[in-house]
Amino acid sequence: MRVLLVDDEEELVSTLAERLAMRGIETAWVTDYRSALALVEKEQFDIALLDVRLPEMNGLELKRLIEAKRPGMKFIFLTGHGSEEDFKACSAESGQEYYLIKPVQIEVVMAKLNEIFRP
Amino acid sequence: MRFFQRYKPGFLDHHDQASGIYKSLFNFRLLWRQSIAITLVVALLPLLVLALIDYRISKQAMESEILLRTARLVSNARRTLTSYLDERKFALNFLILDNSYDQLFDEQRLTLLLDNLKSGLGDWSELGVIDHSGIQRNYAGPHPLKDMDYSHQDWYKNLNYSDADSYQDRIAMRSNISEVFLGFRNTPHLVISVLHSNPFGLDWLHYILRASLDIDRIVTILSQLEVSGEGDAFLINQKGILQTPSRHYGGVLEKLPLAVPQFSDHTQVIESTDHLGHQVVIGYAYITGTPFILMVVKQKHQLMKPWYDTGAQILIFLIGSILVILVVVIGISTYLVNSIYQADQKRVATLHQVEYANKMASIGRLSAGVAHEINNPLAIINEKAGLIKDLFTFRHEYQGDPRLIGLIDSIINAVERCATITRQLLNFARNIQVSVQKVNLKQIVNDVLEFQIKEAGYRRITIAVDIPDEIPEFDSDRGKLQQVFINLVNNAFAAMQDGGKIEIKGRMADNNRGIVVTVSDTGCGIPPENIEKIFEPFFTTKSGKGGTGLGLSITYGLVKEIGGSINIDSAVGQGTLFSITLPLIYPATKGEADASITG
Repeated sequence: MRVLLVDDEEELVSTLAERLAMRGIETAWVTDYRSALALVEKEQFDIALLDVRLPEMNGLELKRLIEAKRPGMKFIFLTGHGSEEDFKACSAESGQEYYLIKPVQIEVVMAKLNEIFRP
Repeated sequence: MRFFQRYKPGFLDHHDQASGIYKSLFNFRLLWRQSIAITLVVALLPLLVLALIDYRISKQAMESEILLRTARLVSNARRTLTSYLDERKFALNFLILDNSYDQLFDEQRLTLLLDNLKSGLGDWSELGVIDHSGIQRNYAGPHPLKDMDYSHQDWYKNLNYSDADSYQDRIAMRSNISEVFLGFRNTPHLVISVLHSNPFGLDWLHYILRASLDIDRIVTILSQLEVSGEGDAFLINQKGILQTPSRHYGGVLEKLPLAVPQFSDHTQVIESTDHLGHQVVIGYAYITGTPFILMVVKQKHQLMKPWYDTGAQILIFLIGSILVILVVVIGISTYLVNSIYQADQKRVATLHQVEYANKMASIGRLSAGVAHEINNPLAIINEKAGLIKDLFTFRHEYQGDPRLIGLIDSIINAVERCATITRQLLNFARNIQVSVQKVNLKQIVNDVLEFQIKEAGYRRITIAVDIPDEIPEFDSDRGKLQQVFINLVNNAFAAMQDGGKIEIKGRMADNNRGIVVTVSDTGCGIPPENIEKIFEPFFTTKSGKGGTGLGLSITYGLVKEIGGSINIDSAVGQGTLFSITLPLIYPATKGEADASITG
């Protein structure tokens, strides 16, 4: 399982990537949408974990661009704005309720990944 | 007093302690007093001035009318009396000219003449002839007066024999009408004398025909006068002795207690005061050729009585009008000022509501901003602490010190607590799409209580629900309503010691356009100074006991979003009652700022 992490907070995204790696998940992380698109172009990912509020382009638009390049990829949204409005927007985009609210415990992330990538 | 207290307008007790925009626009008591004063002046001044002018004019008109009527009466009476006396004087003149000297000195003839006079002109009682020496030479009448000497009597002298040089045989100048006297007969009478001179061409050899006349006829004439106002008509002589009886001022030959009026050729009317201090109107006339003054005395208060009566009626009407005007002016002023007062009170209350709603909105935006900004660093702390914990977990070289794991767990727990607060803050401020559906109030309340029944049982708290079945299903957001009731019930639990009571009641609103639900507890109550702040975020009295101070502010926001309003009524030590009004029809636009707070 390869997971792409996109969040403008480098401290957050790098640490989360490292912790997921410790749990045996292969990760890559970037902090802006250009790098994300470039990386998706080059490499294959199963799941993208996207921050909803990214500079220049929000997570939902980025999801659509990535999906165009890599159909069949799954997405989990990460939001620091724990409002239902965001949840609804995320849910509508992902088709299912794949969203996480910051700060999120690693166990919750792992559970969500497993839920999506259930064999 | 109780009636007044009950209907006393509010502004009379209003004491304005606010400042700025919350200050009353007017000083209502001053406005009330000014309004009454100005309206009364404008309404009453013309009325009073007109009444006063009318009073004076009508009084003057009445008085001049009285004077005029009195003057007319006196003139007429004077004419009657003058012609009465002249008639008799002329009759004697006719006799003295028509009869020769000898005839007059004939007793039988004189008796015949007296009889003729009596039958023609009445009233005569005696007739005598007096020669130039003043001795009565012939007499016809009831008394033995023949040869009586009159030469020393005034009336005899008044015929003015001594003035022989200027004498012309003009009858009028040689006649005399005496004052009234009692004489030998001891009955009041007057004497008319006429003188005839020069019977044989000798000036000095004059003789006088003298006749006594009873005053009864004159008294009758005077008494027949229509003298209004308890009036009195009588004759006096120029010394003020009554010549005919008076109703009020004495009998014949008594002294009149009034002053003798000044001489005048014409009829005069004067106002005076009589000996009893009564205001009187005196009309008088000097009767020419006689010693008499005709007096008509009227009691002024009697004359003015009709005017006084009318005046009293007008005064009663005036006082009635003034009372009605007073009542109407005070009533209208009170009503208007009270309406302004109530409008101003509404304005202040609305300002408070708007300010409160704005404050809540600002706090909401601030909360959202703060929560969002804090969430990111919180997430970083969370991840870093998590990483450290991971390192301890996954790397064997760090596993030796369990205390470090405990420290990391503390950090992660603290982060969780922070996250809980930021989520609640965001909930408070959130801007959400609503899912409106038909809801059943009773169902919702029962659903909520299912979760609470257990705790209530532990704490021996009884929960009573009274929601009548008549309350219809209505459009609302089920989730939010549930949240509202969960929060309120939790709040009630927190306010009570073990063994309290929670009551949830529902009813239709007074205007039938909404539903009122009340949640009351028998808890500690909220002090008045806290009621205004109770819905503000972070306001808590449970600090240190796990309260974040967000529960009621979220409840407030939720009620506002579903178009309702929430009121609170609380008494310290007795309990708190939250009253929620919910619309039957869900508002089309989200109800901003329509939640109101009252204590």
